[in-house]
Amino acid sequence: MSSQSASTSKPAAQAMTNGSGAAAVLAAGLGSFTLAVLAIAADKSSTIKSLMNFYRATGPLSGVTTTAILVWIAFWIVLERYWRNRNVAMGRIGTLALVLLVLSLLLTFPPIADLF
Amino acid sequence: MEITTRGLWTLIHGMGLGALYLLACSGALVELWRRYSRADLSPITEREEAFLRWYLLAMAVLAWFAVLTGTYIIYPWYRAVPPVGTVNLTGYPQRLLLSNPATSGWHSIGMEWKEHVAWLVPISITMAFAVFNHYRRNLRNHPQLRATVLSFMMISFLAAGIAGFFGAMLNKHAPVEGGQTIHLMQGESR
Repeated sequence: MSSQSASTSKPAAQAMTNGSGAAAVLAAGLGSFTLAVLAIAADKSSTIKSLMNFYRATGPLSGVTTTAILVWIAFWIVLERYWRNRNVAMGRIGTLALVLLVLSLLLTFPPIADLF
Repeated sequence: MEITTRGLWTLIHGMGLGALYLLACSGALVELWRRYSRADLSPITEREEAFLRWYLLAMAVLAWFAVLTGTYIIYPWYRAVPPVGTVNLTGYPQRLLLSNPATSGWHSIGMEWKEHVAWLVPISITMAFAVFNHYRRNLRNHPQLRATVLSFMMISFLAAGIAGFFGAMLNKHAPVEGGQTIHLMQGESR
């Protein structure tokens, strides 16, 4: 009885795993990185450039961003499915996601993108 | 006092959505940093929690509208190709910038960076909203997750700042103008 009351007096939220948060964070990093890689690819390859031309008025930017958004959402759904009830190594996953985001910021900077 | 429809859309995109997002960002960062830290021992009320939830949702909506209006309404006007032999490039901002070595960098570095880096913002803030909406006050119990979300928001703040700065400079050197003229107010005549 006492153990039951102790467990119910705990905030229910404490039982929440970090998996959902980790899935959202890593998917955001992967989606951002995909955007940067696709932007470079569309700039360097005429084939990819024409493939990314989803909406003529906007040009390849339409395909680059739409594809990156779809990749981001796909990663999010998959990771959420696998991690939602688990506790994962948040420190490592968070660092990886942040590295991907910073790389995206740098890779979209034209003087750096032109190095490839 | 008049404004063109293209000028009005640029205003909505830059001042109405982009600038408002930048202003909102600092508030969200402070709130997440201050109230959702383990060091803050005072309980978080439902009202506070609901406030930040709506605040982050509003930021995500602002960010999405900003990139969508920029990419699908203004950018096509910006990159329009003039007919062969066009001498006056005023209605073709990209070509106008590229026609002068002193201004071409605003396109080749400024716009090329802005058009991509801005998209990191809605991704980051949507993630921040989703995480907060899921964990709410329990985010205090996940300090690493909270730190990562805060870092994402700070980087997205930087990305929005880059996009905003180049947007303002591009509009200064080659404004997107055209379309119907809207009369806003009658000025005094001398």
